[in-house]
Amino acid sequence: MNRGSLPTAPAGPVLRSHHDPGARHAVANREAMLGRLAEIEELLAQARLGGGARYVERHHARGRLLARERIELLCDRDAPFLELSPLAANGTEYEVGAAVVTGVGVVSDVECVVIAHDPTVRGGAANPYTLQKSLRALDIAARNRLPVVNIVESGGADLPRQSEIFVPGGRIFRDLTRLSAAGIPTVALVFGNSTAGGAYVPGTCDYTVMVRGRAKVFLGGPPLVRVATGENAGDEELGGAEMHSRTSGLSDHLATDEHDCLRLGREILAHLRWRKLGPGPTEPADPPLYDPEELLGIPSTDHRIPFDAREVIARLVDGSRFDEFKPLYGGSLVTGWASVHGFPVAILANNGVLFSEESEKAAQFIQLANRIDTPLLFLQNTSGYMVGRAYEQGGIIKDGAKMINAVANSTVPAITVMIGGSFGAGNYGMCGRAYEPRFLFTWPNHRIAVMGPQQLAGVLSIVARAAAEARGQVYDEAADAMMRQAVEGQIERESLALFATARLWDDGIIDPRDTRTALGIALSACHSAEVRGTGTYGVFRM
Amino acid sequence: MSGIERLLVANRGEIARRVMRTCREMGIATVAVFSDPDSGAPFVREADEAVRLPGASAAETYLRGDAIVEAALRTGADALHPGYGFLSENAGFARDCTAAGITFVGPPADVIAAMGSKLEARRLMAGAGVPVLPGVAAGDVTDAEGLARLAGEVGLPLLVKASAGGGGRGMRLVRDLAELEAAVASARREAAAAFGDGTLLLERYVEAPRHVEIQLLADTHGTTVHLFERECSIQRRHQKIIEESPCVAVDEALRERIGAVAVTAGRTIGYVGAGTVEFLLAPGGEHWFLEVNTRLQVEHPVTECITGLDLVRLQLLVAQGEPLPPEALAPRRAGHAIEVRLYAEDAERDFAPCSGTLHRFRVPALPGVRVDSGVEDGSVVSTHYDPMLAKVVAHAPDRAQAARLLAAALAGARLHGVTTNRDLLVRVLRHPEFLAGATDTHFLDRHPAAALGAPLVDEAAERLAAAAAALAGRARRAARRRVLGTLPPGWRNNPSQLERADFEGRHGCHRVGYREGREGLRLEVDGVQLDAAAVDAGEDAVVLEVGGVRRTYTVHVAGDVHHVHGPAGAVALRELPRFPVPEVAEPPGSLHAPMPGMVLRVEVGPGDSVAAGAVVAVLEAMKMEHAVLAGAAGRVAEVLVRPGQQVEAGAVIAVVEEG
Repeated sequence: MNRGSLPTAPAGPVLRSHHDPGARHAVANREAMLGRLAEIEELLAQARLGGGARYVERHHARGRLLARERIELLCDRDAPFLELSPLAANGTEYEVGAAVVTGVGVVSDVECVVIAHDPTVRGGAANPYTLQKSLRALDIAARNRLPVVNIVESGGADLPRQSEIFVPGGRIFRDLTRLSAAGIPTVALVFGNSTAGGAYVPGTCDYTVMVRGRAKVFLGGPPLVRVATGENAGDEELGGAEMHSRTSGLSDHLATDEHDCLRLGREILAHLRWRKLGPGPTEPADPPLYDPEELLGIPSTDHRIPFDAREVIARLVDGSRFDEFKPLYGGSLVTGWASVHGFPVAILANNGVLFSEESEKAAQFIQLANRIDTPLLFLQNTSGYMVGRAYEQGGIIKDGAKMINAVANSTVPAITVMIGGSFGAGNYGMCGRAYEPRFLFTWPNHRIAVMGPQQLAGVLSIVARAAAEARGQVYDEAADAMMRQAVEGQIERESLALFATARLWDDGIIDPRDTRTALGIALSACHSAEVRGTGTYGVFRM
Repeated sequence: MSGIERLLVANRGEIARRVMRTCREMGIATVAVFSDPDSGAPFVREADEAVRLPGASAAETYLRGDAIVEAALRTGADALHPGYGFLSENAGFARDCTAAGITFVGPPADVIAAMGSKLEARRLMAGAGVPVLPGVAAGDVTDAEGLARLAGEVGLPLLVKASAGGGGRGMRLVRDLAELEAAVASARREAAAAFGDGTLLLERYVEAPRHVEIQLLADTHGTTVHLFERECSIQRRHQKIIEESPCVAVDEALRERIGAVAVTAGRTIGYVGAGTVEFLLAPGGEHWFLEVNTRLQVEHPVTECITGLDLVRLQLLVAQGEPLPPEALAPRRAGHAIEVRLYAEDAERDFAPCSGTLHRFRVPALPGVRVDSGVEDGSVVSTHYDPMLAKVVAHAPDRAQAARLLAAALAGARLHGVTTNRDLLVRVLRHPEFLAGATDTHFLDRHPAAALGAPLVDEAAERLAAAAAALAGRARRAARRRVLGTLPPGWRNNPSQLERADFEGRHGCHRVGYREGREGLRLEVDGVQLDAAAVDAGEDAVVLEVGGVRRTYTVHVAGDVHHVHGPAGAVALRELPRFPVPEVAEPPGSLHAPMPGMVLRVEVGPGDSVAAGAVVAVLEAMKMEHAVLAGAAGRVAEVLVRPGQQVEAGAVIAVVEEG
C-alpha cells in the first residue's frame, strides 16, 4: 500500500471524552492497574530468563544465542514485534513461558509468525503448554496467511510427559505441511537438537537452514541407534548439518554460525516476493486525540463497576474518530465504524449486560461489516445476556442466538480485546476464544467465568439448600458459608487474567496503553490474507 | 584595444568558476574547456559555452595548448584567461594565443619565459639589485662528484627545484650530501613528468623562514603598483595550505621596503597584469627574492578581501589596455584575511591524496567567509588533478577573529565522502603558536601532521555522535518500512534487549544500544548507559539531551557512512554490518596500494630478497610519487601489478613472505 496515497483530511465524527483522569476513582483505578502491571512485569522478567540465570549463562558460554536474541537478529531492525502468550504456563508446574517464544514480527519486510524454542528450559523440550502455544502460533499463521519461521533447538518431547504430548503433538507437522499446501511459506532454522519427532520440523518446512557443527537432526540419536540396531554411529554422521547439507539433502543451506543462519533465514524471506492479499491501511493513521495513558484510569479492577466503552474507543482509534451505528438503540452495546493505524474496523463494545436489542443490533452490524469486508473489533466487558422472566419471554435466547450465529459465521477477521468482565454466553456472542478471533488480547483487570464468583457460589448454595430441603435435612448454614467462601475464592482465582493467559485462553495480556499498537500489528497481520466478508449465515431464528 | 566580449578560461575547478564570476559581472560571455572526468563539473555548467577536450590526464586535456586555442577560435572567444597551473606560465602558449588573435590575460610571453626559468629570473633580479639566494643550475650534472661541487657553491642545506616548476613539484630538500644524487634524480623525473622540462636548480635553503609575497599590478601604460603582502608560510610538502594578509612579521616600514623591491622587480622585467613576487623572509627582516609568479595566485582572495579589489577584473581591464583604475593606484587595507586550501587528502597518512565521491559539500555561509570551490554535492574527486576542493577565506577586523571565524566555518562544514585536511587546518588555526603569529615554513615539521590531523572530535563526543547516528538510522528505517510503518519503531510488549547499531569511527568501534519505551529512551554506548532523552530523532537531525544538556546533530548517510555533525564537530561513522560476511583471507605479507593511482615502476620481481622498508613499487597518484615499501624483510612471493596499470586503493601490489 502506498502510504503517500492515503487521504490526509480526517473525516467522521470525533468522540468527546468525559473522563477526568484526575478524578479520585480514576486515580485509584490507575494505581490498581499499575499494581497489576508491576506484577505482570515481574512474571515477564521471569519468562525472559527462560530456564534461569544459570542456564542462560551456560548457553551463552557455549557461544549460543538465546531464543529472544535469535528473534531480534532475525527480525528487521526497529520493526515492532508482538510476542504472543509470554505468560503461558504461569502458575503451573512448568516454567512460565512454556519453553517456547512465539510472536508476530517483520522479517525482510514480510510479516511472519516466529516460533523459537527456548533451549535454556529443559533443553527446549516440549511440555503440554509448549505444544499448545506452538499450535496456536501455527493457527495464527494459517488463519492470517503469515509465513512461519521456526527457530529450532529442542530435545523433543519432555519424555516423562510424553503421554500428554505424543498423540496431539503430531499436529505440529500436520499444520506445517498444510501451511505449505496453502501456499504459506515455512522456514526451519536449526540451531541445535531437533530430534525424533522434532526432526520433522525441518522435514516438513519449505526451507531449511542448519548451523554447521550445531544442528543435530535425526530420528534416533547415537544411544537409540545403538539400542535399536546395535550400530555405532556418531551424531554428526547421523544428523549433522554438513551431512544434511551434502548427503541427505534435508538442509538447503549450511550456515557457518548462528548469525549466518539468521542472515540466511532473512534472505529466504526476502526472496519470497511475498504479497499480502488484504487491501492494507486505507485511512489516515493519526493518533487518538486522547492520551492512551488515561486508559489505566478508566476500568476499575472491580469488574462490577461499569465504565463507558466510548472512553476506551476514544483512546484506541485513529483521531478518536468513531462513526457510531444505532446510537439510540440497544444502548449497552456500542457499535460503530473507526480505524486503527489506518485499518478500518467495525467495533462492538459492551457497556454492560446484553439485552435482546443489543443482540439484534450486533447481528445486524456484523452482517453490515461483512458486506463491506471490514474486520470486527470486539471490546468485551459484559456480565452476559440478561436473565429474568421478561427477558426469557421476550426471546433473549433467540436474539442472543442471532448474535452468536452472526459472529460464528462471519468471515471478516475478528479481533477481541478483553477490557473488563467476560461472563456467561456474553463471552460467545462477543467472539470469545471458542469463536476463533484472529487475535485475542486481555487487559490485566479482565475477569472471565461462566458467571461471577458470588453468583456462582450463590447458585450452588441455593441448589444445595433445595437438595437438603428435599431430603428433609436441616441445611448447615455454617458449612454453606464455608462452601460459598471456598467456591468464591476458587472462582475468583480462576477468573483472573493471569489464570486465563497461563492457559492460552488469550494471546497474551497487554498493557492497556499498548492496545492500539497491538491492534495495529494484529490488523496488519489479518490483512496478509484476503479480507472478505460473507453473506452466508445459519438460519436466523425470528 | 577594444573590450573583451567572450573569454575562454583555460582551466578547471574553482579558478575557472572564479574567473567566470567576474566575467559575468562585467558582461563578458564565458567559454569553458573540460576534460572527460570534468564533464559534469559546475564550472562547465556555469559557462555560457563549453568545449570538450577529449581525455582525462592533464597532458591530454588542460595542457593541450593547441586544442585550447582551437576551442577559442571555434567559439569566437577574443580573450583567454589561463588561471593558475596548467598553461598559465607557458610562454609558448601565450605566444600561440597572441598569434591566433586571442588576448592572453597575463604578462607578455617574453616575461613569462624569463620568469619561467628560475635561473634567468634570478639573474635578472640580481642585476636589478633585488636580493637573491645563492643558487646554481644543475644542468645535466647527475654524478655525485659533480653534484657535490655544485652543492659546495650553494652551501647546505639546499633545495633542489624544478626550474620550470611551481607548487612544490620536483622539489627536494637536501641536508646531507649523501641524499643529493637520489634527490636530483627523482626531482628531475617529477619535473619532467609535470612540466615537460627536467631542468633543475640548486638553491640555498634558509632555516625557519617565512614565505612572504607581494601582489603586483601593472598596466600597459607604465604603471606598476603593489597590493601589499601575503604570508604563505604554512606549507606541507612545500605547498601552501594557509595564506593570509597582512603578515604579522611585516611592519609598515618593511612593507614599504619589500613592496618597493617588488615594484622594482616588476618594472625591471616589464611586467604587465597581475603577478606575484615571492620572497623568503628571515626572522630579522632580511629577505630574498624567490621567484615571480606570472599569473593570478591561488591565494589571491586574501588580497581581494583586505583591499576590496577584484583582481580578475583588474586583470581584464589591463588586458583590454585600460590604465589601472584609481582604487588600484591607491589601495587601502582593511582588517585581516586568512585563506585555507581544503584538500582531499589524508593528513595522518603523509597527506596522501584521497579520491571518491563528495556526497556533500557545504561550508556554513557565515558573514565574512568566502568560499571559492570547484565542487558541489555529488562531485567526484578523481586522481587526475590536484585534489584541492575549495579555498575558504575569512575576513575579519583582526587576525585572531579571522582565525576563529575560519576555524568555525571549517569545523561546521559538511564534507562527506572524502577524507580532507579539514581537521588539520582547524587545529592549525586554533594553535597557540599560529595565533601568536609564530609561523614559518617549518610549522608542520614542528607540529607533525599526525597530531594536528588527529580528530577534532574526542572519543566521548564521537560516542554521542554514534548514538545520534543510531537514532537517525532508526528514523530512516521506520520511514522506509513497507509494513507497520505507522507503528512505534522497535515496539516490544516484552522487551528483552536493546536494539543495536555498531559504528566504526576514528576512535574505534562503538556499540550503541537503544530502546524507546514508556519510560522514555534507554540509550547505551559501549556498555555505558547515558542519562539521555531523544528530544527529536529524525532521519536528518537528532536532538539529544544527555545529562541535561541538549545538543543538535545532523546526520547524512552516504552508503554505510553516517556523517554526523554536532557541537563538537564532524564525525564520519561507518556502520558495521549486522551480519558480518566471513572475509576472504588474503596471504600474509600482502602489500597494498595506499591510494588509487597508476603503477609507475615495479622495483622487484618474484623470488627477490628484500630488506624491510625496501621500495617494492612506486605509484603515481595526483601527480605525486608514492612508494610501496616492504613491511618486513623477506622474499617476494608474487607481484600482482605491472607498470602502467591503474590500481584501486587497497589493491594488493605484491606479496612478501617474511624471513
